[in-house]
Amino acid sequence: MIRAAFAALLALMALPAHATQIDQVTSPGGIEAWLVQDDSIPFVALDIQFKGGASMDADGKRGAINLMTGLLEEGAGQRDATAFARAVEDLGARLSFDASDDTLSIGFQALSENRDQAADLLAQALREPRFDDTAVERVRSQVQAIIRSEATDPNSIAAKEMAAQAWGDHPYATSINGTAESVAALTRQDLVQAKNRVLARDRVVVGAAGDITPEELGPLLDRILGGLPEKATAPLPDKVEPQLTGGVSVIDWDSPQTVVSFAGPGLAIDDPDYFAAYVANHILGGGGFSSRLMTEVREKRGLTYGVGTALAPGLFGDTWRGGMAGSNATTAQAIDLIRAEYARMAEGGVTEAELTDAKTYLTGEYPLRFDGNSRIASIMAGMQLMGFAPDYIDTRNDRVEAVTADDVARVAARMLDPDALRFVLVGRPEGIAE
Amino acid sequence: MRCLAHRPRPVTAALLAALTLSPVIAAAQDAEPVAQPAGITHFTLPNGLETVVIPDDRAPVVVQMVWYRIGAADEVPGKSGIAHYLEHLMFKGTDKLAPGELSKTVTANGGSDNAFTSWDFTAYFQRIASDRLPLIMGMEADRMQNLSISDDDWQAERKVVLEERAQRVDSDPAALFREEMNAILYDNHPYGRPIIGWRDEIAALTLDDANAWYDEHYAPNEAVLVIAGDVTPERARELAEEHYGPIPASDDAAPRIRPQEPQKQTDRRITMSDPRVAQPRFSRAILAPERDPGDQRQAAALTVLSELLGGSTQTSFLARELMLSGKALWVGANYDGLSLDDTEFTISMVPANGQDPEQAEADLDAALDKFVKDGIDPADLDRVKTRIRAAQVYARDSAHGRAYDYGQGLSVGLGVDDVSEWPDILGSVTEDEVMEAARLVLDGPGHVTGWLLPEKPEEPEVQK
Repeated sequence: MIRAAFAALLALMALPAHATQIDQVTSPGGIEAWLVQDDSIPFVALDIQFKGGASMDADGKRGAINLMTGLLEEGAGQRDATAFARAVEDLGARLSFDASDDTLSIGFQALSENRDQAADLLAQALREPRFDDTAVERVRSQVQAIIRSEATDPNSIAAKEMAAQAWGDHPYATSINGTAESVAALTRQDLVQAKNRVLARDRVVVGAAGDITPEELGPLLDRILGGLPEKATAPLPDKVEPQLTGGVSVIDWDSPQTVVSFAGPGLAIDDPDYFAAYVANHILGGGGFSSRLMTEVREKRGLTYGVGTALAPGLFGDTWRGGMAGSNATTAQAIDLIRAEYARMAEGGVTEAELTDAKTYLTGEYPLRFDGNSRIASIMAGMQLMGFAPDYIDTRNDRVEAVTADDVARVAARMLDPDALRFVLVGRPEGIAE
Repeated sequence: MRCLAHRPRPVTAALLAALTLSPVIAAAQDAEPVAQPAGITHFTLPNGLETVVIPDDRAPVVVQMVWYRIGAADEVPGKSGIAHYLEHLMFKGTDKLAPGELSKTVTANGGSDNAFTSWDFTAYFQRIASDRLPLIMGMEADRMQNLSISDDDWQAERKVVLEERAQRVDSDPAALFREEMNAILYDNHPYGRPIIGWRDEIAALTLDDANAWYDEHYAPNEAVLVIAGDVTPERARELAEEHYGPIPASDDAAPRIRPQEPQKQTDRRITMSDPRVAQPRFSRAILAPERDPGDQRQAAALTVLSELLGGSTQTSFLARELMLSGKALWVGANYDGLSLDDTEFTISMVPANGQDPEQAEADLDAALDKFVKDGIDPADLDRVKTRIRAAQVYARDSAHGRAYDYGQGLSVGLGVDDVSEWPDILGSVTEDEVMEAARLVLDGPGHVTGWLLPEKPEEPEVQK
């Protein structure tokens, strides 16, 4: 089953907490995982991520990895789709499979009482998915429906146009769903090859949390992942720079509101100024109701229900982007305000008071993320994807604290150029010159 | 819903002083806290504020939620949207807090806050480091009695709400369609009005409307306080008494009696077409009883029925009959008994591509007839119960989620025991009860059936 999910790419960014103890576990078969043990609730959560995700699609096979991912829960080994799902439900286990630009991710939650049986089912789904004709056609038609729906959804239309302008011939430039034509042409053989391009032990990171010891986790990892090939059959895509140019693109859409998407160049997560940019973004448009953009566009003038920005570091490319929706009649005014706020921060940086407030929030919010096995497992996997060391949790807040107003001013001057910002508008905005 | 998250600014000295100096007037007078199965504590302050504490010390985090037992279905005709509009205005300051200061203070302390409105309740919450609980309780208690909205703020915020409606409803044909379905299903009960309000009525709301709504409905005896996370019941109670205890009860808490739905005589049907719709969608709704205090078996049977019919895309009855056979792309059944008055049971479907809607509906009807005729496979019922039992274990992973369960339950008239017992009641539902529930919602009259369709394609021109 394919879900029309729009992955929240950003959740990976932050992570740590008070005295979170991470056990680095290596299975007898050599698979590594980070574990935060907590036996207060009798279940374990795993977050298993395969680097590359849908960006591993072969030339001409766009959509193959997404379709393949949707079929992993549609029958494996001796069980067809219904029999497989019944077996999972009979254990009270939960499996989820999702493809995104950066990863193919698997969520696994199992009760302690039958953890091994649940693991065997997941192992079978990964090792010997059936790709039955009926299941392939069923999931293919679901994907085709999503492609059609996205073609009439202004947010998807805006996202697609921005991606096309930013990423040229890189996989990021097109939708992971593929096109009606590319998906129609996919064969069973394409799905098998797609699986071998992404599901391999050299691409996997694992986060674990809950009721399991390091000694128990090792064999569980081999049980689930041991049957996968050692190496993926294709190299990861190169990391590239976005090719965005400044300006406005308008796509006509009959609606009372215009969807506004905007983006400029971003920073890699290992950029020396990344934390300064993180603080700058919080003050500019990341900080909810009291960011500069929310204050100017929503709170003072009521031009939108919400406007925000985010750093979007990816495994294969980075942007700094934002979005909002507002009435056609006032879109031009809102865009002027957004540009003016970019210019104001690029030229004048931020105040000491803003800096202090931002740091208090960012450091105070960090430990609150570690409040549940599922969330912790995701954080553990995300840290490994980003290439962090386990002690990142202990040093992360110090790095936020070390950011000075000069650092923010420097990164704002370097990155926040209103003339380099590309706007994509979907609607009937008034008074806009392209 | 007010959406989003936030950022900081230090708490003002005045507010800190106010918080620490608030006199502790009301001492606890009621009996010992009642022990609940899941470690949950429940007590009521002398001023009528009902409080639930859900301890979870795995992380140094706490969630405070205040649920007012007032919502869009309590509005008077012509003033739709006032409950939700006031929710927005609750962030616009008090005698002590400047507009936006509550959110800024929460954010400055590393927390997040937000609010949401439904037909039966309006709720406010913060999530923050557990040592800041006194701070957020002080501010939430402050706006329970001292809201003060300036002239500039109420007008700008009304524009924000209109933009919210434009974004979430007017730009989305599926949302407009749901609004229409709802208005037809409830032709007498105020559940037929949108929570956010009708556009023209929102545009006419005034500061006087907002203040009157606030004065009439915001009081400790019309609210439920839920504290979940890293706090002991004793400490939570001490803080609740300190911050909320001094607020006087209102004496005009009117019983929530709304116009009820009459017995239906016919089925009804709507069709809506829109060029922004890519895929035909079917929806059928019928009124269904809600969970009542001490009387939840019928609602439990309806819940299990919805799971059996549509709870899984591979194993549920309708999925097997319609999705696996290629007749539908998607099919689901939905029922949520957390409601003050009669609610709805809904079946939804996206037919397979190219499938004629009439045929798709006939296939669905045939499948439902088969379900009623053949009855339930006991293995399917067991599997649904296993899923429900496992869900209880996973639910313990989120104190925030459990705060929702209790806050919403108590807001719609259930007791803490009703909420705590609910999973066990679900687990004890029998085949006979499910079939009785099925006949209740699958037999008419009273079904509202709707099709949301793409705009009809133009007749192709014949090229000669």
